[in-house]
Amino acid sequence: MSRLTSLLLGRLLQAGLVAWGVGTLTFLLTRALPGDMAYRIAAGRYGYENVDRDAAEAVSRELALGGSPLGDYLHWLGDLARLDLGHSLVSGEAVWSEVRHQLGHSLDLAIVAVLLALLIGPPLGMLAGLRRDGWLDRANLLGAVLLRSLPSFVIGLLLIMAFSVGLGWFPAAGHGGASHAWLPALALALGLAAVSTRVARNAMAGVAGSPFHAFALTKGLSPSRVFWRHGLRNAGVPVVAYLGVQLVYLIEGVVVVESLFAWPGIGHALVHALVARDVPMVQGTALAMGLLFVALNTLVDLTCLLIDPRRRQA
Amino acid sequence: MIATLSLLPSRWLSLPRARRWGAGLLLALLAVAWLLPLVTALDPARQDLMNTLAAPSLAEPLGTDHLGRSQLARMAAAIRLSTGMALVSVLSAALPGVLLGVLAGWRGGWTDRALGLVADCVLALPGLLLVLLLAAIAPGQFWALYLGIALVLWVEYFRVVRATTRSLAASPQLQASRLLGFGPGYLLRRHLWPALAPAISTLAAFGAANAILAIAALGFVSIGLKPPTAELGLMMTDLLPYYREAPWIILQPIAVLFLLVLGCQLLAGREPQ
Repeated sequence: MSRLTSLLLGRLLQAGLVAWGVGTLTFLLTRALPGDMAYRIAAGRYGYENVDRDAAEAVSRELALGGSPLGDYLHWLGDLARLDLGHSLVSGEAVWSEVRHQLGHSLDLAIVAVLLALLIGPPLGMLAGLRRDGWLDRANLLGAVLLRSLPSFVIGLLLIMAFSVGLGWFPAAGHGGASHAWLPALALALGLAAVSTRVARNAMAGVAGSPFHAFALTKGLSPSRVFWRHGLRNAGVPVVAYLGVQLVYLIEGVVVVESLFAWPGIGHALVHALVARDVPMVQGTALAMGLLFVALNTLVDLTCLLIDPRRRQA
Repeated sequence: MIATLSLLPSRWLSLPRARRWGAGLLLALLAVAWLLPLVTALDPARQDLMNTLAAPSLAEPLGTDHLGRSQLARMAAAIRLSTGMALVSVLSAALPGVLLGVLAGWRGGWTDRALGLVADCVLALPGLLLVLLLAAIAPGQFWALYLGIALVLWVEYFRVVRATTRSLAASPQLQASRLLGFGPGYLLRRHLWPALAPAISTLAAFGAANAILAIAALGFVSIGLKPPTAELGLMMTDLLPYYREAPWIILQPIAVLFLLVLGCQLLAGREPQ
């Protein structure tokens, strides 16, 4: 049990670091905006033609711009600590309500991507690991090396060219029915699968070469029974543990792939907010992505504890 | 001089095959990119609006883009940019990463804990998010992009070097050397460096691949470098609308990005951790 609490405490510390890091960076972002920030925000709100000094001063008063840097910084972090993220400078909506919608869309995409990756990668890798250096193992290695050299947005581009422009099977971008989710999810899943398939292959090869595996076969169990009974669970721990490492890839991929496919998720919103200099939205979306990262990592840790009882002690 | 020259081929052959392929691929791309401006007068910025989206020809071996700019010159400029930035960020991440890693692993105690906390701060966020936020602070500037990438990369060196140094510092051979009165310079050169060098070179190759990918990803979402610059991700965004008319053009930055990253990964010679 103490193992569990120390794990959760560590992740809680990480969440705090995420909040502080995002808060500090977005504060620096407000400071580094070229020109008078009040004018820029006013332009974002009312359109460039309608900005005059009154509008800029109103914005300046409303957002308490122009104090001492340290005071502003503490004020900024104080707002963050009270979870007061403010309102979007572009749409005027509360940041929380916007982020909540976007986070839902991103989670849909991420879950489909991880499921697809788990369906593609580990089964192929385990089959390859059972027959080391067979043709499937070689093909698997080649495919993994090639796929890993393509970032997820390039895989997405190639998928768009092949399946929506070329064959016309799926819509190229947007968000609507289930057909819209296929290509962005596949773009993310292929990159994830390329790595997890090799992890599964190495884990399976290790299990297949182990004494307990040989013993199970010697005592007369059928190969499929040995796999389900002795192979899968032992080979599964590294695959799940490695999912934690791959989460970085998933979160980074979400930012770019969502922008490519115009998927209305949190990564798309972050990029839009950065382009529009909508600082409260930048902070909200970056914070949500960082916390999502921590939450998913915690989930992976807990799953590892669940699968592998040896980890629960010590 | 002669000794190092005669050493080269044998060291070259001792590398595993995949690493040799990776090195060859990268050298070929770099040679084309750096030698091209010496051989031809093609300008990556000169537009020729009467000759847009031209098919590959003798004068323009890779065709022209939607503004009639020479694709060959632009690809070469993009390779120089990506590899140059990657090299500079890897080098400037490796130096503090290795030094601080040795320091933390050697001293232990509060130094170790304080530096570990700094590293945890950086690792708390996914790397690209950090680069994205830093790049947004100064849009279109090289230094912001470079700073972000180097800041993300140094942690890898730090963690690996710290772990290796910590286990080595307690090893009998190193204690024997210390008892014999050898100074820190000798210990570093003789005991630590040989153990650290393979890991550092692998990390450097992966770091270069990640830097190239990060630059392209940021260009692709229009946060990184700004349009007149020839950059792989930017070119993909710019050329996507012309896919129907000239499919060979958008495939060029895709192929080059793929080859650069593949070269780095093969050069690393090991599957990433």
